[in-house]
Amino acid sequence: MAKDRINDQCLEEDQVAGNGLLDRRLFLKKGLQFGAISTLASSTALASTNSETKFEPAHPPWMHKPGKPFSIYGKPSEFEDDVVRFPTQNEMVPGNGVSWTPLHLMEGTITPNGLHYERHHNGVPQIDPKKHRLLIHGLVKKDLTFSIDDLLRYPMQSKICFIECGGNSNAGWNKQPSQAEAGYFNGLASCSEWTGVPLSVLLDEVGLRKKAKWLVAEGADAFAMQMSIPIEKALDDAFLALYQNGERIRPENGYPLRLIVPGWEGVLNVKWLRRLKITNRPVMARNETSRYTELQPSGKARMFTFPIEAKSLITSPSAHMVLKEPSLYQITGLAWTGRGKISKVQVSADGGDTWAEAELQEPVLDRSFTRFRMPWHWNGKPAVLKSRAIDETGYVQPERTELVKQRGRKGFFHYNAITNWHIDSDGFVSHVYDKKDNETTDSDISIDSGWD
Amino acid sequence: MKRQILISVLIAVGINPLYAESTRGDGPGLGHAISPEEIAAWDISVFPDGEGLPKGEGNVKDGEVVYKNKCIACHGENGLGTATGDQLAGAQMELTSEYPEQTIGSYWPYATTVFDVVRRSMPMTAPGTLTNNEVYAVTAYLLFLNNLISEEDVMNASSLPKVKMPNEDGFINVYQEEKNK
Repeated sequence: MAKDRINDQCLEEDQVAGNGLLDRRLFLKKGLQFGAISTLASSTALASTNSETKFEPAHPPWMHKPGKPFSIYGKPSEFEDDVVRFPTQNEMVPGNGVSWTPLHLMEGTITPNGLHYERHHNGVPQIDPKKHRLLIHGLVKKDLTFSIDDLLRYPMQSKICFIECGGNSNAGWNKQPSQAEAGYFNGLASCSEWTGVPLSVLLDEVGLRKKAKWLVAEGADAFAMQMSIPIEKALDDAFLALYQNGERIRPENGYPLRLIVPGWEGVLNVKWLRRLKITNRPVMARNETSRYTELQPSGKARMFTFPIEAKSLITSPSAHMVLKEPSLYQITGLAWTGRGKISKVQVSADGGDTWAEAELQEPVLDRSFTRFRMPWHWNGKPAVLKSRAIDETGYVQPERTELVKQRGRKGFFHYNAITNWHIDSDGFVSHVYDKKDNETTDSDISIDSGWD
Repeated sequence: MKRQILISVLIAVGINPLYAESTRGDGPGLGHAISPEEIAAWDISVFPDGEGLPKGEGNVKDGEVVYKNKCIACHGENGLGTATGDQLAGAQMELTSEYPEQTIGSYWPYATTVFDVVRRSMPMTAPGTLTNNEVYAVTAYLLFLNNLISEEDVMNASSLPKVKMPNEDGFINVYQEEKNK
């Protein structure tokens, strides 16, 4: 095949790390072809249709009749109906749970609003914005309320940033590697452009008293979610979002008003925001004491673990995908850090023995999803792919062994270890731990069941 | 009388007289003043030192009745938890064990948090519907199940913050640690 000739020529001179990882500058060359990747669910169908695919004639039927009329709100193609969030919720309280963003089925860095992950503690309130107010009170010179119409008249700012649930990827703490699709165990992370009013503007207006050190944010949902946030973060870059990706925030993401604390764990980005109490200390709410704290092997628990540490994930190829033949492939994935910008993503195709730098899609933005890509020649033999993120503070995403050594396996939150994808000789991709991590004791799946 | 008319006029043209003075020069200044009584109705945050606790009280016996009516379906007999609701009491396994049990008695650092979360979030099917006395009572029952108070103890704004929680010192303030570096 012509493709293989190009690939073979590339291979020798462009190999930058073991087992076929190629120079990212190859992307600048024209005429690169990548092998086909199918998903396991559709691979049989794909294999059978591929050989018999009959394309429509030169002028297909849809060129011979008028198309559908205009729509007032567009929807994805009916042929993309498998690109959906994956909900897992509490049986007794269906409004308590999560829905995962299908990161493995997506490209680019912006999450469409209908696919942004959800974490609700007791359902999605349907709030009439005309009846919603924000109260700011406590250690301030003037207690004030603001209507949504008021807030819409304030100077606004936009910021593209990710939000990641503190419990994202928690199946990684389990003894056996999760075989869920990449997004369905790492997709409690999404990235949007949020627009709203800088919190500092409103805190100026109410006038902070000298003792003001924390604020307690409260949502108008049936859980009345409450979280404490240090005042310095509030004054630094927190803002009250009214818009998400250009349209008003979706109900499931906090309509009509959401607190955004860029780079800090998801639960602090309080949805349906109704109240900010300025205080001199944290309130010690249920979700900053009994939950969202991380029990360590010593018996002590980490508390107020605010910034999300650097993390990366290869989204393709990933679990449930099948590489159809030995060929050149495009490895692609996402990296993010709550401490600024991603400075580098390294990829390995030999289980971590050798690494090479992936191409980062520009622009690389502060506290945002960063897309990386890497050309790779798969020779048809078993291989293990890894990616690791390095952020501008110099922090390096840890291997799972290292993370588990530091934190144990009972912390539930803030799992950010490197994910390994194993490709077998049939091209089937699965999730594996490093050999030294393979714990042979009984399967322990209890860790990712606790969304309550 | 004249002052009242002036205030009505100002409100009619969109200027809140209580606030008019401070709005000059500092940004849009569209905030509206709110009375302390109204704030008191909004504010349901309870702090470890007892700030925010309302009047009222409750005992273990009454709390058991509330618990059996409204809580047991998710949290199980004696707070032992179910597949769908947190275990709240009866921890056997220590926090350092292979299967640690993180209950109110073994893990939660402050007793006031129990009152706060029950009042604002529970029961999940009808949150915010318990009276303050019922919340005090069910808090007392849960603390009793965890052997933190005796069966005769009454919980109120003064007694609840005094309940000594075994794991109060079990937490590392990661944010503060990092700031100190």
